[in-house]
Amino acid sequence: MLDRTADNVARATPEPLAKKIRGISDKGLAWLFISPTILLLLAINIFPLFWAIYLSFTNYRANRPNEVVKNLGLANYQRILGDQDIWIAMQTTAHFVFWTILLQTVIGFTLAWLIDRKFRGHAFWTTVILVPMMLSPAVVGNFWRFLYEPQIGLFSYVVSFVTGIPPTNVQMLSNVELAPWSIIIVDTWMWTPYVMLICLAGLRSIPEYIYEAAEVDRASNWRQFWSITLPMALPFIMLAVLFRGIENFKMFDMVNLLTGGGPGSTTEVASITLKRQAFESWRTGYSSAFAIILFVAVFGLANIYVKALNKVKQR
Amino acid sequence: MKSTLKLALGLASAIFASTAVSNVAHAEDLTLCWAAWDPANALVELSKDFTKQTGIGMKFEFVPWTNYADRFLNELNSHGKLCDLIIGDSQWIGGAAENGHYVKLNDFFDKEHISMDDFVPATVVGYSEWPKNTPNYWALPAMGDVVGWTYRKDWFSKPELQKEFKEKYGWELGPPKTYDQLMQIAEFFQKRQIDGKTVYGASIYTERGSEGITMGVTNVLYDYGFDYQNPKKAYEMQGFVNSADAAKGLEFYKKLYDCCTPPGSSNVYMGESADAFKSGQVALHMNFAFTWPGLYKDEKVGGDKIGFFANPAGPKGHFAQLGGQGISVVSYSDKQESALKYIKWFANKDVQAKWWALGGYSCLNAVVNDPKFPSSQPYASTFLESMAIVKDFWAEPSYATLLQAMQKRVHDYVVADKGTAQEALDSLVKDWTQTFQDDGKM
Repeated sequence: MLDRTADNVARATPEPLAKKIRGISDKGLAWLFISPTILLLLAINIFPLFWAIYLSFTNYRANRPNEVVKNLGLANYQRILGDQDIWIAMQTTAHFVFWTILLQTVIGFTLAWLIDRKFRGHAFWTTVILVPMMLSPAVVGNFWRFLYEPQIGLFSYVVSFVTGIPPTNVQMLSNVELAPWSIIIVDTWMWTPYVMLICLAGLRSIPEYIYEAAEVDRASNWRQFWSITLPMALPFIMLAVLFRGIENFKMFDMVNLLTGGGPGSTTEVASITLKRQAFESWRTGYSSAFAIILFVAVFGLANIYVKALNKVKQR
Repeated sequence: MKSTLKLALGLASAIFASTAVSNVAHAEDLTLCWAAWDPANALVELSKDFTKQTGIGMKFEFVPWTNYADRFLNELNSHGKLCDLIIGDSQWIGGAAENGHYVKLNDFFDKEHISMDDFVPATVVGYSEWPKNTPNYWALPAMGDVVGWTYRKDWFSKPELQKEFKEKYGWELGPPKTYDQLMQIAEFFQKRQIDGKTVYGASIYTERGSEGITMGVTNVLYDYGFDYQNPKKAYEMQGFVNSADAAKGLEFYKKLYDCCTPPGSSNVYMGESADAFKSGQVALHMNFAFTWPGLYKDEKVGGDKIGFFANPAGPKGHFAQLGGQGISVVSYSDKQESALKYIKWFANKDVQAKWWALGGYSCLNAVVNDPKFPSSQPYASTFLESMAIVKDFWAEPSYATLLQAMQKRVHDYVVADKGTAQEALDSLVKDWTQTFQDDGKM
């Protein structure tokens, strides 16, 4: 019945159109459908990348369009790699990435483990925990700035209440020692739920019968956790670490809103330095070289990490 | 049927004609770009007269100070047509002139008999000339501005505080004439209880992101002997930027920040500084003069409670950081003729007098040298006194790079406690040397 209908349609199709349709292979049709996406990708991702690579070898400045663009060879790269301030910014970034990932993973996994106990009201608490990650970083940055305010901020008053230090002495954003931690606290508050969600998916994917078998073997809760829960959830934890690592390596919004890189350059992470060089000092060639270095660093580290992740999955 | 058709055609023609007329009118509208602040509101009010006189409508694009430079320099660099007129910052003049963003106004001034001799000399050099001190004009001085101070007159006049201050420091509590006096006043008020509230000494500029701390610290540096370059040899900075005297000035600013500012003052610029004063937190308040009319009108801290004084003198000089801007015609605008009409109108003496009355700071000699001017507003004489001692930051095409370097070095030392004042200024010389070498000027 279906064959006959298809035959009828084929016979009714005008010959020139039928020829045209017959002329496109399956592969051709597939290319036809994905070509708009590929063109868009080329225009907004690939072309700018190659353009930035080209600019990184020049002295181009976007605010001086009439100036002759000179080829500098590797001079921009040499200057960046020999610039002490750039290395300080990279250290600040590494410090920030390390602590946020550590805290988010530990707290996120603990929360996921607790939520997985399926206690009464766990669905409600899951929703409550997820609220911070649903907010815009601009909103989060602004209201935490108020919370950290030494004279009127709630955070300062809570710290004062607990420690007895006068609230005006709790200067989270202007104290050199505390400012990096103020950003780590906010980022942890906002993104721990994200890590929790991924860990929860990992915990829920562990088959129940493995625990039942362990119970039969009289394995203690502690033993079950170390021998079943953690190893089986590890690929998920590693995935969460990868996502957060990449995101935090290029963290900009929260730092910009909370401290703007200050006090001094205490919280000036690599992305803030990059923005200053590119859009305040207008050293476009130099900042393109810095962006390429950052890109290669993230890309290289992520690749090594993904290989490690695959090994863990294969075990 | 015929008459209905005629009526419909007539109506359609009328609608078409009215739309066309209104489109023509809109096509003549000028867009003026500036920062979003109190004087901008005064300019909107003032410009209504221009529209009345010429029939040319005015639209305004005001951007908050924190994004002002980013937004409009992007616009100029991309040869955008958004702004027909722009009131650009004084430091932009070099880049805007060399990159062809502004229309050169010399011929226009000659034709319209607008003389730069009619304007306050410091504002002509600061806002209009590039290269500096040459008769090449790219803007008409529009908004005079300078860093100065306000103080709480009501607190200063409390007898018990006057007595205590005199006993402690040996001189009458009043507006300071020197930096040592300013420090003593700030120390005296720091964490003092006044009317049941803890108050602090001074609010000063410390902002890191744009230009804040530079606009603050330079007031002190100039007075302690800092200079941008050897007056006899351009771009020679060693020993001028980082002289021992300049380092002492930087140390003073840090001492003032450490001892006498309210908690959490690590990122303060115009808005935050004015807020600290308005909320009754500080005895002394550093800010550009444009904030004074608003503060004077403020119910809580204005009127009899506020006083004004010019930047104090230092051991090596008496200067104040220039602010303010000139108005320029954007070279990418399609409406340059109308934009020039606006400049001609704005240069008029009566318009300038009204500009001052509305809260703008006129730079026209005829307005500021009027015998009635010093008594026209409580802050007028302080403004005049301050404008007589101005000095400005680099106005080179690379000003943004030079500014960022200074922001970083000074903030690192003053707020983040990194290194010494001498090291900060030595690093600054290195940064600036690198910038000028990149520009081929050294």
